[in-house]
Amino acid sequence: MNSRTLPLIAFALLIALLMVGLKIADRKELIPSPLINKPVPAFDLPVLGNPQQRLSNESMLGKPYLVNFWASWCVTCAVEHPVVTALANANKLTVLGMNFRDERDDAMAWLNKHGDPYDIILRDADGRISIDFGVYAAPESFLVDPEGIIVFKQTGALTPEIVQNEILPRVAAMQGGQK
Amino acid sequence: MKLSEGLSVAGHDLAMLTTAGLNMGQLKSGCLKIGWLKIGGLIFLALLLSVPVQAQEPLVFENQQMQDRFDALTFELRCAVCQNQSLADSDAPLAHDLRREIHDMMMAGQSNEQIKQFMVDRYGDFVLYRPPVQANTWLLWLGPLLMLLIGGLVLRANIKKRSALLNDTNNLENTGAPENTRKPE
Repeated sequence: MNSRTLPLIAFALLIALLMVGLKIADRKELIPSPLINKPVPAFDLPVLGNPQQRLSNESMLGKPYLVNFWASWCVTCAVEHPVVTALANANKLTVLGMNFRDERDDAMAWLNKHGDPYDIILRDADGRISIDFGVYAAPESFLVDPEGIIVFKQTGALTPEIVQNEILPRVAAMQGGQK
Repeated sequence: MKLSEGLSVAGHDLAMLTTAGLNMGQLKSGCLKIGWLKIGGLIFLALLLSVPVQAQEPLVFENQQMQDRFDALTFELRCAVCQNQSLADSDAPLAHDLRREIHDMMMAGQSNEQIKQFMVDRYGDFVLYRPPVQANTWLLWLGPLLMLLIGGLVLRANIKKRSALLNDTNNLENTGAPENTRKPE
């Protein structure tokens, strides 16, 4: 009896392990960003609509903001865009768009089509800043506190639930949460 | 121009090959030789056509040593986009950029440890195919050893059981028990 049940139990355990693996394989949040609780990576980038104007991470100190990486080639970015729009229109924090690995004309056409709710959009043309942020999928969003520390990261589309449960409570808890 | 010529030649050969295939019934050894030549030619053409793709990313190194170091390093780092490929294997745009980044860091004289730290700072321990031994990876590292131990214990138990059985049979023989009282094997 023992010699028959033991392999069966082992096999059942293996199946269970594989099932769990299949279930969590697509959950990107299980790969935690090492940037949480770290200072936001330094950036100094041109503004998308006005290349003469530049903005750096230092000039963003003192207020909470959300860095939202997007691109015209990114399908999910269009899916999450209504959520980003609602968040930006709520005026609870600055929403900084980070257009990366994109052509300016494509980006502008995309904004014309889907609307431009961003407070400001920077252009990371070669994606060098996106590497410093550890962006490997789009969209990705980083919530930065007034001291310039990343407190939350979302890989993949923002949803109303994430805004409600993860982003807004953190903004409310911050010093100088007013925009 | 050369490319299209090559393609049309390849197409022609392909047509010939198909005809050759249809005539399989009346194949002679000579025909077979030509067939293999044609296949070789096709493979050669395919290799010719594949060269421009590789040339997309000319990362130049000073010497073979640097090249080897780069190959080993990118093979040990996981591509975060396509998670079951290494940076060396992946064709994702991010992997291209990261390879260039690593190349530049090597040129700037950074050590392997510094380059790995650069990757871990951005993408986490996850990008290391050989993650560090720490609280959440001990099962990963010790798991195989644990399995070996369990296997060894099972093996030992089995050997004990069998040698006990063997001893029993020997004892029966030594005490001169009659043949018919022995258990059938």
